Amino acid sequence: MLRLPSFKYLQPKTLKEALAMKADAGPDGMYVAGGTDLYPNMKRRHQEPRTVISLMAIPELKRLEGWNVGTCVTLTELSNLPTFQHSYPAVAHAAALVSTPLLRNMGTLGGNLCLDTRCNYYDQTYEWRKAIDFCMKKDGHICWVAPSSPRCWAVSSSDVAPVAVAIGAEFLLVGPQGERVIPAGRFYHNDGINYLTKQPDEILVEVRLPAPDGWDAVYHKLRRRGSFDFPVLGVAAWVRREGGRVTDARIVLGGVASWPQEIPEAAAALRDGELGDDAIAAAAAAAYRPAKPLDNTDFDLSWRKQMTRVYVKAALEELRQRRG
Amino acid sequence: MRPDSKAKIAFELNGEPVEVAFAPHKTLLEVLREDLALTGTKHGCELGECGTCTVLLDGAPVLSCLVLGLACERRRVKTVEGLAQGSRLHPLQEAFAALGAAQCGYCTPAFLLTADALLADNPSPNRDDIKQALSGNLCRCTGYIKIYEAVELAAARLRGEKAEPARESLYGRR
Ligand SMILES: Cc1cc2nc3c(=O)[nH]c(=O)nc-3n(C[C@H](O)[C@H](O)[C@H](O)COP(=O)(O)OP(=O)(O)OC[C@H]3O[C@@H](n4cnc5c(N)ncnc54)[C@H](O)[C@@H]3O)c2cc1C
Ligand code: SF4
Ligand code: FES
Ligand code: FES
Repeated sequence: MLRLPSFKYLQPKTLKEALAMKADAGPDGMYVAGGTDLYPNMKRRHQEPRTVISLMAIPELKRLEGWNVGTCVTLTELSNLPTFQHSYPAVAHAAALVSTPLLRNMGTLGGNLCLDTRCNYYDQTYEWRKAIDFCMKKDGHICWVAPSSPRCWAVSSSDVAPVAVAIGAEFLLVGPQGERVIPAGRFYHNDGINYLTKQPDEILVEVRLPAPDGWDAVYHKLRRRGSFDFPVLGVAAWVRREGGRVTDARIVLGGVASWPQEIPEAAAALRDGELGDDAIAAAAAAAYRPAKPLDNTDFDLSWRKQMTRVYVKAALEELRQRRG
Repeated sequence: MRPDSKAKIAFELNGEPVEVAFAPHKTLLEVLREDLALTGTKHGCELGECGTCTVLLDGAPVLSCLVLGLACERRRVKTVEGLAQGSRLHPLQEAFAALGAAQCGYCTPAFLLTADALLADNPSPNRDDIKQALSGNLCRCTGYIKIYEAVELAAARLRGEKAEPARESLYGRR
């Protein structure tokens, strides 16, 4: 059996209390929300906190006020909310594509945005990892995917993160030093180990979505099975339009780097045009070129790269169809 | 509390109040099977990847292998043991038995509970609603068709209709 290591479990009722508990626990303390990422990781001994601080009893984090979403809202709640489906279909859709209905009843928005990066050599039991010798993401020194590399290439595998970056959401964080608000794009590092710019003691409190005016976004996901599986590729596409012309755009890929990877060249190909076939093809080609998937998730590497072009094209075609 | 001392919580289990003491890092699955001797809830992958450990927590299907026992204080838990009324099977259990929706049976408690939650929410689900609701539960034996048919049959009976299994479901196409 895969059991959790022993730890102390705390259930604070306020943010202040949670921060104090984390300060008390020091580096051995970790926050948990739905636990659908942290607990499997703890069973595989990726993370071994001595104190686990649950955020689920803090009413502030469950708030859904206007376009500000508390991070402990579950993915089921988020994807079922009619106002949300109407105003932020890409966010609701990405949330609905995560894992399975059971996991979405447990998993939260905040946990999804902070999801640990993934790799075939890392998401294995302790014994498995020990048998081939540990890699640098946990307990070892080498990278099994790119042995001469000084860094870890584990993959950002959240479905909602690319959408949050593409639509320009902002994140409210609270820590011992007080509050700060940062754009979603600045929440992530392109590093498999230090993949968040968030400090370990900071709590992600709220996601602030931009007012739904004049822009539209879609999310497309590639995975082996229609359920359960993490994205092997995620495409979030966002455009702002005025009178049929694209005035601004953002294309963000999930599953191809250690962070949600923005592709400015693809966005540039769309700006000041009409989302015509040529512009879409140019954007898809621009997204294909820099996408450098590594051989550490599902499917053949070169096929995954080819799919970038296909999925970006499909996402943009959906945006075009939906206009008006 | 020290990490290795026992914790004690009270919650509602299949309609009855229970109190149970266990090591604080145990999952609900471990507490149910090991501390409450309710082995109807199965353990499979223990990592969220199979669904066989499903229970209803405050009415919603969740994976008991990833819920901490301590997180269930004062909450409502329903396991497969809570479906039958005495010796009378639940309509879902009857339909699963009648249609051969259980083969090895390892996934069955989880499917029954997930379907129970679906029908509480939506008494007349169509095939797509059922597929979607059950898409977090793996079955390696049945190929799922019998399970979908069983949920449809039970749903009809729960709505008060006099439904019988289709001949084709029982005997195949002739
Ligand atoms: C079989 C399986 C399939 C999955 N498939 C997918 C998938 O397809 N797509 C996908 O995106 N995810 C998938 N997941 C991952 C996970 O279920 C979801 O990402 C989920 O939303 C995580 O949320 P959580 O609340 O359970 O996170 P937790 O496990 O509670 O937390 C995850 C991490 O975030 C930190 N954290 C959580 N909330 C906060 C906060 N408010 N402030 C600061 N830190 C915080 C925790 O400390 C932890 O490090 C899958 C998981 C499993 C087991
Ligand atoms: S990318 Fe390399 S270092 Fe990172 S988890 Fe995979 S094998 Fe380990
Ligand atoms: S035992 Fe497989 S999901 Fe819980
Ligand atoms: S009946 Fe055997 S796994 Fe479903």
